[in-house]
Amino acid sequence: MGLLDASFSKHNVVVTSVDNVLNWARLSSLWPMGFGLACCAIEMMATNASNYDLERFGIFPRSSPRQSDLMIVAGTVTMKMAERVVRLYEQMPEPRYVLSMGSCSNCGGPYWEHGYHVLKGVDRVIPVDVYVPGCPPRPESLIGGLMKIQELIRMEQIGLSRTDALKKLAAKSVDPQQAIERERRAVRA
Amino acid sequence: MSDMEEGRVLPQSVQQSAAAYEVVREAFGPAVSDFDANEFMPFFEVLETEKWQDIALFMRDHPRLKFNYMACLSGVDYPAEEKLGIVCNLESLGVLGHRIAVKVKCARNGGSIPTASYVWHTANWHEREAFDMFGMQFTGHPDPRRILCPEDWEGFPLRKDYAVQESYHGIKVPY
Repeated sequence: MGLLDASFSKHNVVVTSVDNVLNWARLSSLWPMGFGLACCAIEMMATNASNYDLERFGIFPRSSPRQSDLMIVAGTVTMKMAERVVRLYEQMPEPRYVLSMGSCSNCGGPYWEHGYHVLKGVDRVIPVDVYVPGCPPRPESLIGGLMKIQELIRMEQIGLSRTDALKKLAAKSVDPQQAIERERRAVRA
Repeated sequence: MSDMEEGRVLPQSVQQSAAAYEVVREAFGPAVSDFDANEFMPFFEVLETEKWQDIALFMRDHPRLKFNYMACLSGVDYPAEEKLGIVCNLESLGVLGHRIAVKVKCARNGGSIPTASYVWHTANWHEREAFDMFGMQFTGHPDPRRILCPEDWEGFPLRKDYAVQESYHGIKVPY
């Protein structure tokens, strides 16, 4: 996966930077907090289950915010829940990451106009690193979002702020359309 | 046209409801409205709101009524009439098998309806929901709090003229 870009030398010695090792370790065992808010949570559970098997990425839900470093906001955040979400976020140790899953937590989703009780985007109360679109997103999308979190962690360096890491990530983004076209051509051929 | 309507044959279930209504009418007279033979849910209205609790208890216990089950209680807003109301769907489950809906109304501002939560315990949370969404009081209710919205929420969301508040605990509410 290109995590350690150095090859093993003769005596099983690998030379890399501390940043690389730390990032590799952190992104290989992302522990999301085990909580869901609505139907997206069903999809998140499906992603955790055997078919999609998040544990192969070292991702498995923890039952306490104090043991987790990733918050997957999976579902509709009501005004009543918003304050609880903030409290849970504050209880997580740093560095922590937030993945907003689905239209509701991205922007209010179908409740944007008449849903008086719905928070119009969880980014109004906590900073969000990755948004996964969909209603609800398929497990593949969620995995895509989690891969994005992993890439973000890979961009981080000691002394580099989260904002700069996010900028670095954005700069390295590729146009998915090209990859899709390439795949299609390969299938046709 | 009206002759035709009188001449139409009501489904058996509606006939049963009509028979049940006649028992209530006999006991309470002008306190209840005429019977509406709506085929989906036949209903009548309680015109003297303060008698609602007596009527409810009567409907539950009378040997020919035995409405032992409150299937639902919903709130309704009637802005044109300046009123709020409830619709109770009642059934005699496993006893007589008939069903009927009862409507009760009160003033839109500061109006109140006697609680039915001592008659059917189901009404307890249903009335809290109706209060939460429409704002009518239920006099004598054992626990008259909001049930879904936060306790310090402003306004009653299902009223026709409801406008959402600008912010809640410092969080912007509208889109």
